[in-house]
Amino acid sequence: MTVLQKKAHNPIGHLSPEDIEQIGVELDAIRQSVIDTRGADDAAYIRKVIATQRKLELGSRAVLLVSMFPPAWVVGTAGLAVAKIIENMEIGHNVMHGQWDWMRDPKIHSTTWEWDNASPSEQWKHSHNELHHTYTNVIGKDNDLGYGIMRVDEDQRWVPLYAAQPLWNFVNACFFEYGIAAYDLELGKNLATKERRQDPDFRARAKVTLKKIRNQMTKDYVIHPLLSGPSFLSTLGANATANLIRNLWTHSVIMCGHFPEGVETFERRSIVGETRGEWYLRQMLGSANISGSKAMHFMTGNLSFQIEHHLFPDLPSNRYQQIAPQVQDLFRRYGLTYTTGSLPRQVASAWKKVFRLSLPNGALRRGRGATVTDLPASAPAREHAAA
Amino acid sequence: MSLTGLSKISSPSPRAPRPTLRGRLLQLAERATSPLLPADYLDLFDPLRPGADLRGRIVEVHPETADAATIVIRPGADWAGHVPGQYVRIGVDVDGVRQWRAYSLTHGPRADGNISITVKAVPDGLVSTHLVRESRPGTLVHLEQAQGEFVLPTDGGKFLFVTAGSGVTPVIGMLRNLFPVADSGVVRLPRAAAYDIVVVHVAPSEPHSIFIDNLRALDAAGLIRLVARYDDEHGVLDVADLETLVPDLHDRQTLACGPGGLLDALQTHHDARGLSLLTEQFRASTLVVGEGGTVGFTGSGTTVEADGATPILDAAEAAGVLMPSGCRMGICFGCVLPLREGAVRDLRTGEVTTATPGETEGRGVPVQTCISAAAGACVIDH
Repeated sequence: MTVLQKKAHNPIGHLSPEDIEQIGVELDAIRQSVIDTRGADDAAYIRKVIATQRKLELGSRAVLLVSMFPPAWVVGTAGLAVAKIIENMEIGHNVMHGQWDWMRDPKIHSTTWEWDNASPSEQWKHSHNELHHTYTNVIGKDNDLGYGIMRVDEDQRWVPLYAAQPLWNFVNACFFEYGIAAYDLELGKNLATKERRQDPDFRARAKVTLKKIRNQMTKDYVIHPLLSGPSFLSTLGANATANLIRNLWTHSVIMCGHFPEGVETFERRSIVGETRGEWYLRQMLGSANISGSKAMHFMTGNLSFQIEHHLFPDLPSNRYQQIAPQVQDLFRRYGLTYTTGSLPRQVASAWKKVFRLSLPNGALRRGRGATVTDLPASAPAREHAAA
Repeated sequence: MSLTGLSKISSPSPRAPRPTLRGRLLQLAERATSPLLPADYLDLFDPLRPGADLRGRIVEVHPETADAATIVIRPGADWAGHVPGQYVRIGVDVDGVRQWRAYSLTHGPRADGNISITVKAVPDGLVSTHLVRESRPGTLVHLEQAQGEFVLPTDGGKFLFVTAGSGVTPVIGMLRNLFPVADSGVVRLPRAAAYDIVVVHVAPSEPHSIFIDNLRALDAAGLIRLVARYDDEHGVLDVADLETLVPDLHDRQTLACGPGGLLDALQTHHDARGLSLLTEQFRASTLVVGEGGTVGFTGSGTTVEADGATPILDAAEAAGVLMPSGCRMGICFGCVLPLREGAVRDLRTGEVTTATPGETEGRGVPVQTCISAAAGACVIDH
């Protein structure tokens, strides 16, 4: 991918300003149709998911009390990993987006929810909801593009640090929740100078994060192992494994959202005075879906409908699947590319880019004999809806 | 542990009280469930247990008339009981949205420990219609402890009740407690003998209501005297007429429940004559939904005039109010503040959100100020 405005074949070149505004009108209508039918069934859905997740977590932790028996370890660890994934993805991420605020239930509300993750929800909501969702894929504004430790776009300037970015990406995947916490604290920027390090606001936020991490670690690595008595070590190992599985899974899903080939990026100046239609269009081209089974969609917290989620971040996640055909039809009618692919294919595509862009652009051109913008590499990862 | 911590322990006084075993276990449970609380898990299995947020479970929905039903609720273990005449605030999910309303408890304390409210489905009444037509036994509702000073003194005496419309409901609670009805008819309790009660009930026209039937039955049994006044039949009640309708008015304590106008008139009337009066006002909805309006901010006391097209966030900032904000386009929920009262309109969808004090939980209905414009006067908690 590269900044849209520099592309040889501008994928939105065929759209008039009126077309773009009409896209906005049609998307608003889809949004309205969901809001008009939002009700008791949706509320029952999220309450059932929350109840099931909590029971699964309780059951898994109970089994892990005797984790010294290998079958108990396997069952308990698998159950806990699944429970943690559901808690972070289908519940935490979506509740904190305000998807369920309309229920006016103070226990399931973006302003009160705290999730099972190292990053305190207050800080995550700022960096994710305010920055990433507003400035999606705008180079220099959306830090989710490589999280500040990687180069995932040709238009990001290469520095030697990026040479080892496949390693950074793997380490980040294993410790993803701490990566998110550091990212939400803007640790790299804030530790850079003495002045920033001593900024009272940064110190206050860092204190909150450290307390959250301490609480998280005490739970998983002290209290539950202690409760397991003779199974202390095996429960500790089980909890660490469950966290690792959750980290690897969420990292993979999130890489698929914006890094695969076919996703567009945007110039900072291109969003000045952006209309609602243009904002929608940026979300449409800046996100990629994952195709797969119902269970796969559920386990990604419906972030497999990343395009629908980015268009309507505050609609209940259980509705994304329902509106996806309408959104896909809109892409087709306006001659736009609805980027989607299976989980293995999209993960591979994102990793390929991490490797490719670890080298400067020039090295690539020499190595592959093609300019980056002409690369057909994205083709297998795309289903051109118009085709 | 730090040195300061050690020195604290070795110093002779003041010594912190030793944590109890229960306290220690609770702390351990909290550490084991962080970032949630043990209650979040216990609620899955026993939402009515001691220590839980106060809730209740509907055990019976008993239709009274075509458009009224009595809802019997088993309250949670921490229900502190009530005195007849008090009301309870109930949170019910209607179409998935939590709505709070206050209803008079229409019974005295019951032998089975349950509580009951009698609800009449009023036109456009979101919650009352839901309760009468949709509510089912087994449904969980949210409760607050019974409230209200409008209760019958316990030591007997001579009373006048003046009730208007649905203002009769707390009085019904008092009378049913005093004169319980069994299969054999009204039970004459010894303690009821100490009460001499006249009820003046006012309504626009003669209603078909179980409550009026109750009052008539008590009147027929000679337990109370009922004076029913219907506007279409007798003309609008002039409070000065009370002295004719109730000749021994001056010997009685008056308890009145109804709309503000009637209560104000009664207050003036009784004050002039040095008579005692206890009132409870039933709020008539006066929420006006329009375009734009005055937006008040509770914290700073600032008020801002905003038109119907300007987000409250922009209007407030233009007036110098320091507001939380984020994406300014309705995505990030960084600007959410509670709407304490009034109405706002979603500038994207036109959807109107209203808040009435007492009908929402906590400080108000959270709204996104960046895409909400005033739809009439409103107050933001900030």
